[in-house]
Amino acid sequence: MTSAQTMFEKIWRQHVITEEEDEALLYVDRCLIHEGSRHTFDQMDEENRSPVEPDKVFAFSDHYAQTTGRDNGLGAIADPKIRGMIELLTKNTKKHGIRHFDIDDPDQGILHVVGPEQGITIPGILLIGADSHTATHGALGNLSFGAGSSEVYHVVVTQTLWQRKPKAMRIAIDGTLPFGVASKDLILAIIAKIGHGGAAGHVIEYAGSAVDAMTIEQRMTVCNMSIEAGGRAGMMAPDDKVLDYVHGRPYAPAGADWDQAVAYWRTLPTDDDAAFDTEVSLNASDLAPMVTWGTNPEHTLPITGRTPAPEDAGTEADKSEIAAALDYMDIKPGTPLDTIAIDRVFIGSCTNGRIEDLRAAAEVARLGQAKVPAWIVPGSAAVKRQAEAEGLDRIFSGAGFEWRDPGCSLCTAINGDILQPGVRCASTSNRNFKGRQGLGSRTHLVSPAMAAAAAITGKLTDVRSLAKGN
Amino acid sequence: MEAFTKLTAVAVPIDEPNVDTNQLCPTRFNKMPIGDPDYPRILFHDQRFNPDGSEKPDFILNQEPYRNAEIIVADRNWGGGSSRETAVYALMAFGVRCVIASSFGDIHRNNCLKNGVLPVTLPNETCIALRRQLRGNLEATITVDLESQTVTAPDGTQHKFDITPVTKRCLIKGLDDVGRTEEFQGAIDDFRARYRNDLPFQASIAKP
Repeated sequence: MTSAQTMFEKIWRQHVITEEEDEALLYVDRCLIHEGSRHTFDQMDEENRSPVEPDKVFAFSDHYAQTTGRDNGLGAIADPKIRGMIELLTKNTKKHGIRHFDIDDPDQGILHVVGPEQGITIPGILLIGADSHTATHGALGNLSFGAGSSEVYHVVVTQTLWQRKPKAMRIAIDGTLPFGVASKDLILAIIAKIGHGGAAGHVIEYAGSAVDAMTIEQRMTVCNMSIEAGGRAGMMAPDDKVLDYVHGRPYAPAGADWDQAVAYWRTLPTDDDAAFDTEVSLNASDLAPMVTWGTNPEHTLPITGRTPAPEDAGTEADKSEIAAALDYMDIKPGTPLDTIAIDRVFIGSCTNGRIEDLRAAAEVARLGQAKVPAWIVPGSAAVKRQAEAEGLDRIFSGAGFEWRDPGCSLCTAINGDILQPGVRCASTSNRNFKGRQGLGSRTHLVSPAMAAAAAITGKLTDVRSLAKGN
Repeated sequence: MEAFTKLTAVAVPIDEPNVDTNQLCPTRFNKMPIGDPDYPRILFHDQRFNPDGSEKPDFILNQEPYRNAEIIVADRNWGGGSSRETAVYALMAFGVRCVIASSFGDIHRNNCLKNGVLPVTLPNETCIALRRQLRGNLEATITVDLESQTVTAPDGTQHKFDITPVTKRCLIKGLDDVGRTEEFQGAIDDFRARYRNDLPFQASIAKP
């Protein structure tokens, strides 16, 4: 007799090679790395080891990729240390026979955008990435999580990984996202509800009618920020939309393999009576566009709100946390969020750098002219091509936005794209940590439409008011 | 990996909750190779140093006796955010071998364990009490004994902490994971053969 199982349980069990006390040795199907994986290669050199299944490792030049002048290739990167990180990855992947989406590759882009695009990400698999936003891939019905360079080293040289089994959390989202409210707003609202560490030790399964109604790209935005709620991974059931998305992509199963795969993947969704360790629910219909006011993604409020006051907090610890966050952000308590003037706008990243994100931003950009420098950085070369085919680049350029080349750019701010101290940015990225976009920079996380609205008004703005006024 | 058995050392209280790995190692230092002589300066760099490289005297790691801290007593959600293992290298380069907090970011916690840095989870009230004692006595030390799974506070109070047997064994012996995995090579080979047979569409990858 088999008892009812969650999707997480099914995928986990399918990958257990052996168990030792409370740890399982798991078989890993895919491993994604990037320039920052230099320590993994350094360790391979030291220990004189090489990948056991190099065709299951994929490398991406994204974090350090320059986002202008790409026609000049590496020559466009002035800083030799930044250029060196890309050159090092090229050298290491050549040496070990690893597929590398290098900066001159027609399919280059951010690992969490290109993986699904290329069909490297499929349902059912265990995927390990050298990046905490690896949870993104779980939107296609698999178990995907991030790891540090030691764990990634273990994966690359053994194709396995020791893990303690996380707990299972289900976040049920019913209702319908209202007009002007994006899946980015939904995940920000979830993080505000359960906290920056609220899902620590858990794999999150997102379910409910609002998830069913979402496109695959909207789902990826939600899973992407699971880590900002502390979640080990985020996942969603592989339904017909997922199968349609995956079918025919370059690295995806084809022919008879495809039919066999679909038959298996249809068995993966959580059984009706399966129990979760933790259950959370919220109604999408109640949501408004969200914006972060502080220094971690839990510091989120509807755009119609005001910044909190330290004295309103219940505990001394909360008081000092709010005070410190407001001080860093240089905002007074009780400030209406939609009055906060911004200096810069960034639209892109593994959270919001896909074609639907750029369409949503373009819809708003066409309503006005950018009042502050506003960058559009597509998540991949394929997204960029698609956007240009649809004329989105011309809409953005016409509205005074800057159309750039694909990469992580101002989300992680390590490729030379960086904000100066004190600069305030409305950003579609995933982290508003102190200094994340540059020393002393201040980040307000928003959806692509909200970011475009901020660009054309010069302040944080409720995108619903703009769209209604048109 | 360096073994961890028992440590009696200066402990630095850090009250701020949600200290993310961007604070432990600002992104621009991710490029640095591990042996770089500047590594000890990375930990909390942007809170420790002014743009001209001079120290910010108000920051606790720039104060005595905390320059020599080998233990950090923190608050909740230590090490959330980015998976960068450089955050752990920064801790180690400063000399920190143990972090006590009421909760940890999962990836950072794993990264600590792979490098012989011991993450100890204690209730938040205990963390607060430890920090208060440390601030009240600059001569104070904390003892962390992995064998008996106890933290001894400056006032002598002992606090038991949980750790799983495998994790404990690996830390005490300084065991490297790959060596441990190779003992299971037979099981891995059997698994792979079975997996290729049962789920060929996942076990192999189409060549575009």
